[in-house]
Amino acid sequence: MADLQRTVLYDLHIALGGKMVPFAGYEMPVQYPMGVLKEHLHTRAQAGLFDVSHMGQVILRPKSGNVADAALAFEQLMPVDVLGLAEGKQRYGLFTNDAGGILDDLMFANRGDHLFVVVNAACKGQDVAHMRAHLSDACEVEEITDRALVALQGPAAEAALARLVPGAAGMSFMQVAILPWEGSELWISRSGYTGEDGYEISVPDAQARAFCEALLAMEEVAPIGLGARDSLRLEAGMCLYGHDIDTTTSPVEANLTWAIQKARRAGGARAGGFPGAERILRELAEGPARRRVGLKPEGRAPMREGTQVFAATEGGEPIGTITSGGFGPSIEGPMAMAYLPSNLAEGATVYGDVRGKRLPAAIVPMPFLPNRYKR
Amino acid sequence: MKYTEDHEWLRVDGDVVVVGITAHASEQLGDVVFVELPEPGTSVSKDDEICVIESVKAASDIRAPLDGEIVEVNAEVADNPGLVNEDPSGKAWFFKMKVADLSALDAMMDEAAYNEMIG
Repeated sequence: MADLQRTVLYDLHIALGGKMVPFAGYEMPVQYPMGVLKEHLHTRAQAGLFDVSHMGQVILRPKSGNVADAALAFEQLMPVDVLGLAEGKQRYGLFTNDAGGILDDLMFANRGDHLFVVVNAACKGQDVAHMRAHLSDACEVEEITDRALVALQGPAAEAALARLVPGAAGMSFMQVAILPWEGSELWISRSGYTGEDGYEISVPDAQARAFCEALLAMEEVAPIGLGARDSLRLEAGMCLYGHDIDTTTSPVEANLTWAIQKARRAGGARAGGFPGAERILRELAEGPARRRVGLKPEGRAPMREGTQVFAATEGGEPIGTITSGGFGPSIEGPMAMAYLPSNLAEGATVYGDVRGKRLPAAIVPMPFLPNRYKR
Repeated sequence: MKYTEDHEWLRVDGDVVVVGITAHASEQLGDVVFVELPEPGTSVSKDDEICVIESVKAASDIRAPLDGEIVEVNAEVADNPGLVNEDPSGKAWFFKMKVADLSALDAMMDEAAYNEMIG
């Protein structure tokens, strides 16, 4: 696999029997010998350890020394309330473009004197360039390249991590903390991409393998690959950038209006002032023409990404396309997301074209499986 | 047992041929979550796509290994697709077919030849 990068945990993946595949320019484990289905179920029952070191870690350090200046600058790139985020807390964000589409989705945290940002692997080059281009007056944009990032997810995640880092147990959902382990600093957030309680942990490259091995030595912790990461996030109703959201979908169409806080909406303290504000504020006021919805296919046949969706069993043009779809091991059935006309209500039946047959699927609320965050 | 290049196994049982996929194929597919079988009574030609298997990763087709007619399908594997991973060459057979010419099996790979093909 020429030209692919490796994370600092590559050798550990090989030692664990990981099946490596190309993903976002990296060689990453799609599964381990346990297999996707069991890895998924293990994460929901106990705790799964994921290498997400391919994701981008960026620090925005205000030149003035005042984090509010970094927050206000960052708000120029996102329809999100950054200034109102309390110290020690993390929030979901979205870079938008001038047309109101989504350039990437991300997590950011207020760490007192700076912001810490985590972006998708496939977008990190353009994201860093985007931040440097627009934020350099107010901030130093510092890409962190000497730290791994891992996620520990599942109901046993708290007990497992607390054995190494006792302070992690007291953190609440979307809280961040810097805690010591074996002489190094761990940057921890209580968040994830599975719908389970859990943590994302940034660890210095030099300690990354030892940290993972300390977790994997615990009975409840198993390594989990990208395959289960995808089925876990889909059951949790979460978007995958490049599939469920991209430059053509607005945050309102994507049903991510919860990520647009009051302060940035019409009538808010800092309304507008982000790329694509005209379209996004209009869609908030009037409703979008199409919206991302959950689909529950009847029967067992999965409806995959790219499946065309129709209003009736015969005739007519497609009314939308499935953007993610597969089998949910915990819900024991197929599930999908699609963009469909907003006038279709929850409970309505639509038809996915699976190998030339139009199979029924119901529009359902997401997540497909209730999340279990520690509030 | 005889084998095709598409990783199907064929076992002669009286005047019918029982067809499934090999352990190697089921490992490559990953956890199977959906199996769609043909209707019994369907006449098929060699290489017709007659079954669909979906794993957690992707969909794949099973093609008719020979000309003939589907006489029976395994409802158990449709109800419990995980059988394809648990017992690919036993309980997870897909269909039984009557073939026009049983001697066509003679030209197919035996186990040693198949194992050589998959390395």
